[in-house]
Amino acid sequence: MRRPLEWQIATVKAIAQETAQVKTITLVLPGWTAHRAGQHYDVRLTAADGYQAQRSYSIASPPERPGEVDLTVERIPDGEVSPYLHDVLVVGDAVEVRGPVGGYFVWEASSGGPLLLVAGGSGVVPLMAMLRHRAAAGAKVPARLLYSSRTLEDVIYRQELEALASRDGLEVFHTLTRGQPKGWTGYARRIDQPMLAEVSGPLGTAALAFICGPTALVETTASALVQLGLAQERVRTERFGPTGT
Amino acid sequence: MNDNDVVRDLTLDGNAVAGLLEEVFGADMTTADGECAHCGSANAVGALRAYTRAPGVVLRCPACGGVIARIVQTPRGTLVDLRGAAHLAMRR
Repeated sequence: MRRPLEWQIATVKAIAQETAQVKTITLVLPGWTAHRAGQHYDVRLTAADGYQAQRSYSIASPPERPGEVDLTVERIPDGEVSPYLHDVLVVGDAVEVRGPVGGYFVWEASSGGPLLLVAGGSGVVPLMAMLRHRAAAGAKVPARLLYSSRTLEDVIYRQELEALASRDGLEVFHTLTRGQPKGWTGYARRIDQPMLAEVSGPLGTAALAFICGPTALVETTASALVQLGLAQERVRTERFGPTGT
Repeated sequence: MNDNDVVRDLTLDGNAVAGLLEEVFGADMTTADGECAHCGSANAVGALRAYTRAPGVVLRCPACGGVIARIVQTPRGTLVDLRGAAHLAMRR
C-alpha cells in the first residue's frame, strides 16, 4: 500500500538552463519516494491573497537518485506557473509539490522492449527519464529515440543524448522542423509515416512505443505506428502541449 | 491558426491530471480502463483527452469526443460527474 498523496515542501537545490526557453529545476524532497520513469510531480503556487495555481510536470531524472528529482520546465509566455519557475525561483527557495503521480505513461527496465520513443519539443522530458533509468539500471533493451525540435538550439539534453547514444543499444534521431545548421544530415521535416517507418523498422512490430509532445504530433505518430503494425496497447501517449504551463 | 487548432493545442490528456484523480479516487486512475457511455469505446483514463483551462477538469473520449467525466473543486468541496462513463475498471 502506497502512502497517501500529500503536498510537501521541496527545496530548490539547483537550476540549470537547458535551452533559451527551458530550465531544469532540481528539488530536494523531505518525503521522497522512488518514482517510475514517466511519472509527474504536481507543483502548486499560492499567492499572497490565497489564489492557487497548479501544474503537472514530468520528472526528468531517474529513480536511481534518492532524495531529489529534476523537473525540466518550458517557459510558456502567458503561463501562470512556468514564468514564475523560470523568472522568480532561485536556489534555496521552497516549492510546494506532490507526487510522484501517474502510471499510464511509465517505463521500467522490467517493462522490456524494444523501446521506441518519439518526442516533440519538451515532450522529451519523460522520455529522458526513461533513457536515464535505462542507463542507470543497466538495461540492454534496444531503444530508439526520434526527437523533433524547431532548431538545433532548441534540442534539450543534446550533449547527454549524444553521450547516451554512444552506449549500447540506443540510437537517437533528430528532426529539425524550422531551421537546420549547415551540413545537417538529419531529418528536416515534421514527423510523418515514412520517417517513423525508417526509425521504427529495425525494432520490429513488437516494439513498445512512448510518444510525448503536442497533440498533433502525438496523434499523427500514434496512428502511423498502429498502421505500421504496432499493437495499439503497446503505443502509449502523453500530450505535452504548450498548455503544460 | 484557426479555432480548431486552438482547441487542439489546449488539449492535454489524463496523465496531466493524475494528481487530481488520485486525490479524488485515492489511487492512480491513469491506468484504469474506462468505457465511454456515449460510444462504448474503451480507453485507459490516461489516454482520455483532458481540458484543464476551465473552472474544472473535463475528460473526453478520444474516439467520439463525448464528455466522460467532469471534476470541479470549490472551497466547499469536490463535484465529480461520471455520467459519461459506463464503467471504470481499476487494476489491483
